[in-house]
Amino acid sequence: MSEELHFDNPKLKVNGLNFYYGKYQAIKSVSMDIPANKVTAFIGPSGCGKSTLLRTFNRLYELYPGQRAEGEIRLDGDNILDKAQDITLLRAKVGMVFQKPTPFPMSIYDNISFGVRLYENLSRGEMDERIEWALTKAALWKEVKDKLNQSGNSLSGGQQQRLCIARGIAIKPEVLLLDEPCSALDPISTSRIEELVDELKADYTVVIVTHNMQQAARVSDYTAYMYLGELIEFGATDNIFIKPKRKETEDYITGRFG
Amino acid sequence: MTDHSSKQYDIELETLRSRVLEMGGLVEAQIRAAVDGLASGDLRALDHVVAEDHRVNALEVSIDTECSQLIARRQPAAGDLRMVLAVIKIVTDLERIGDEAAKIARMGKQSYSRARMPSTPVAAVKHVGDIALGMLRKALDALARLDPVAAASIVREDFAIDEEFRAIVRQLITFMMEDPRTISQSLEILWIAKAIERIGDHSKNMAEQVIYIVKGTDVRHTTVEELEREALG
Repeated sequence: MSEELHFDNPKLKVNGLNFYYGKYQAIKSVSMDIPANKVTAFIGPSGCGKSTLLRTFNRLYELYPGQRAEGEIRLDGDNILDKAQDITLLRAKVGMVFQKPTPFPMSIYDNISFGVRLYENLSRGEMDERIEWALTKAALWKEVKDKLNQSGNSLSGGQQQRLCIARGIAIKPEVLLLDEPCSALDPISTSRIEELVDELKADYTVVIVTHNMQQAARVSDYTAYMYLGELIEFGATDNIFIKPKRKETEDYITGRFG
Repeated sequence: MTDHSSKQYDIELETLRSRVLEMGGLVEAQIRAAVDGLASGDLRALDHVVAEDHRVNALEVSIDTECSQLIARRQPAAGDLRMVLAVIKIVTDLERIGDEAAKIARMGKQSYSRARMPSTPVAAVKHVGDIALGMLRKALDALARLDPVAAASIVREDFAIDEEFRAIVRQLITFMMEDPRTISQSLEILWIAKAIERIGDHSKNMAEQVIYIVKGTDVRHTTVEELEREALG
């Protein structure tokens, strides 16, 4: 439906994706390329399918019966929807951060080491290094380095979210999925995380779902506008926000929607 | 066009556009009065033009303020953003046109205070003044109707004004060579003609902004052919 924007070596390639919650079709024949080492934002009104689409990228929906995906999602050329795909390995490559910060009920240190231990066998020294690295990348190290034994819950909302990001990147994924990561945060924490997202794209491919259009405009390189399960328009963020191709896109981002 | 979810936002955008057209109307009247006053030697009319220029300046300041408030409050996007950006530029062009009208009036008065103006060059100046006024009218009309095709037609007229201006210069040079006593007055007429030529340029700039609002393409500093392609496409 929308004009196809293609990249030479997209990190993710979605081909004719359909998604169902039982009988209800939430995603209708979506095709798009997600470029590597860039930030791509999904925007659209409630119920448009943006979070649903995001969650197909790490097959999170498989935790719930009655939800199924059809079509192809290729990560570096391999179709991740293929039954033969190792789902644990997929989730190591494709990490996720949710809207509500979800620190594990353990120490800050263990929050991060927990995931790493599932995939790698590191010595104590190597683990310490990995944790410092992840917390530094998440711009949290200085604030927590003297209290790594304290519970993850002792941190503020913004810090908890950065802990979740640190946890996500500690296992060295290639793709980071952020589902409205700042919705529960104050403006200053939001600002810190947006800056972090900008730094992360040097090493990761980032896909972010947000209902805050200005945030999409600030942090993303590419934006996809979705409505009622369809991809309406996909383009460079500058173009989408200054001169969108579709009237539906223009109506949404200028607030003429509904 | 669909309405904003916020009616207030729609009202703000509409108000902005009408104020620009109001400023345009005032500037049109200024040019008309300056050119007619020049042609007829009506010194009172020329005085009035100079006196009214402060109203044009006040409108520029007030509309720019409204634009900055709109940007701060609404963070406009897409077409709304292009409209506000274009308004800021259009208002600058209108204020400059206002300045040129005041300049014409001042120069005209200065010239008349010395001697009667020679009829041939004055007629030529009135003629090019009429063309420039026509261009401004069309530009404001294109803005009112958001019509890129009408806007594109103005750009070609600017060539006509440039031609007429060059003809006036040649005429004045001949005058000055034939009789050096006419030099001061000829120079004054030259500045007046130049002011009118500048009015044509500013009207063309405004037309380019209308194309930007509607098509989203910046057609400044491109060829006429490229501009027409963008406007008509």
